[in-house]
Amino acid sequence: MLSKRLIACLDVRDGHLAKSIKFVDTRNIGDPVAKAREYYVDGLDELVFYDITASSEGRRIILDVVEAVAEQVFIPLSVGGGVASVADATDLRLAGAEKINVNSAAVRRPGLIAECAEAIGDQNVVLSMDIRRVDRSARMPSGYEIVINGGRKPMGIDALEWAKQGERLGAGELVVNSIDADGTREGYELGLTRMLSEAVRIPVIASGGAGEPDHLYDVLTDGKADAALVASMVHYGDYTVSGLKRHLHERGVKMRMSW
Amino acid sequence: MVVIVDYDAGNLKSVERACREVGLSAEISSDPKRIRSAARIIFPGVGAAGSAMRSLAASGVDRALVNAFEAGTPILGICLGLQISLEHSEENDTDTLGLLPGEVRRFRLDDPVLKVPHMGWNAVRVVRPHPVLDGIQQGDEFYFVHAYRPIPANSADVIAESVYEGPFCSALGRANYVATQFHPEKSGRAGLSLLERFVEWDGRIDA
Repeated sequence: MLSKRLIACLDVRDGHLAKSIKFVDTRNIGDPVAKAREYYVDGLDELVFYDITASSEGRRIILDVVEAVAEQVFIPLSVGGGVASVADATDLRLAGAEKINVNSAAVRRPGLIAECAEAIGDQNVVLSMDIRRVDRSARMPSGYEIVINGGRKPMGIDALEWAKQGERLGAGELVVNSIDADGTREGYELGLTRMLSEAVRIPVIASGGAGEPDHLYDVLTDGKADAALVASMVHYGDYTVSGLKRHLHERGVKMRMSW
Repeated sequence: MVVIVDYDAGNLKSVERACREVGLSAEISSDPKRIRSAARIIFPGVGAAGSAMRSLAASGVDRALVNAFEAGTPILGICLGLQISLEHSEENDTDTLGLLPGEVRRFRLDDPVLKVPHMGWNAVRVVRPHPVLDGIQQGDEFYFVHAYRPIPANSADVIAESVYEGPFCSALGRANYVATQFHPEKSGRAGLSLLERFVEWDGRIDA
């Protein structure tokens, strides 16, 4: 049977590794290529890069970073940040990314998901969703709203509806980013993750809020996530990839333990 | 030198990079002449069976692959490359190369918790010894991404199995042809080690 995946997320800004708290206050914390290699050697299951640079100069940098990482990291690479067209997706694929994450541009123009799925295959299109908690209402029955532009622009779209629509349009995987939990280290948003995982038949990656190994355990069991994404926990050296996997394995979660 | 077959099906560079990592120089080609004369061939692929077969037919690479197979060239199929080496795929209702008898069908899972595509790391159990799979160790897992599964007509062609709801064929081999449903180029050390063994393989299976 499939193992649960541990995924490390590297936010890259102007070629450097950055980390945000609640999507703002980003800090430069190192060289993404060296980090990627370190995590790969330590048993990481998958890598995600988010390009948080908006400039056109930044676009070239992320392609260079992806290329450099693909040279020495032989696990799946997933890349996102500002993907707005099939051409953007194709550039990243040629640089060495298997999976392409779409986010804000897909919310503005849902057809992008179908276009990318047609061009690069369903299984390689990841719908990344930034979600915040709101009061339940007729318009937002799930109590969760889609937000775009790096957490700045609420869209008045219900997160559950958007997840289902994304699956119908051909997304092969969902990333559930909780803005409320991002950077807090207080745990993933379990209810949200479980709700979305139960609503679709594509894999769900939980993101935002991990601070302790048991937070990963909780989201991979109670939260019904297929994969847990971490950033701060490993970037600052508080935990290692292999240590987290060992912890989950010892608690009975099926993990890949040979690398 | 290995020739990686180019037929507009997916990202060949990751296969090329993995070959380089294990010290193998590779050439990406869609030229039937190069494929017929190659010392060994990697036949990768992601995407859909229908468009892949159209592309192979348009370039004449389909015949070249059959010729190379009949000539005894060691060939490694990967993912879609494996699937279209059988006779027919349910995907786009496509007749495929027919190097080996068998067909490809979509996963139909009774268990609503399981998801399609089968995506992620899964164990591979060798059911028939094969030189290319020889390095697989207890606990090794490989990276899979696929919604369709191969069903060889001849059970002797199944060399490894994995489990997703039930067991399915995750590697097959006959004579000088060997193929994996998983992606060795994306499976870390275990995958690179498989590619190394393919490089050393003379195309024969010891009885």
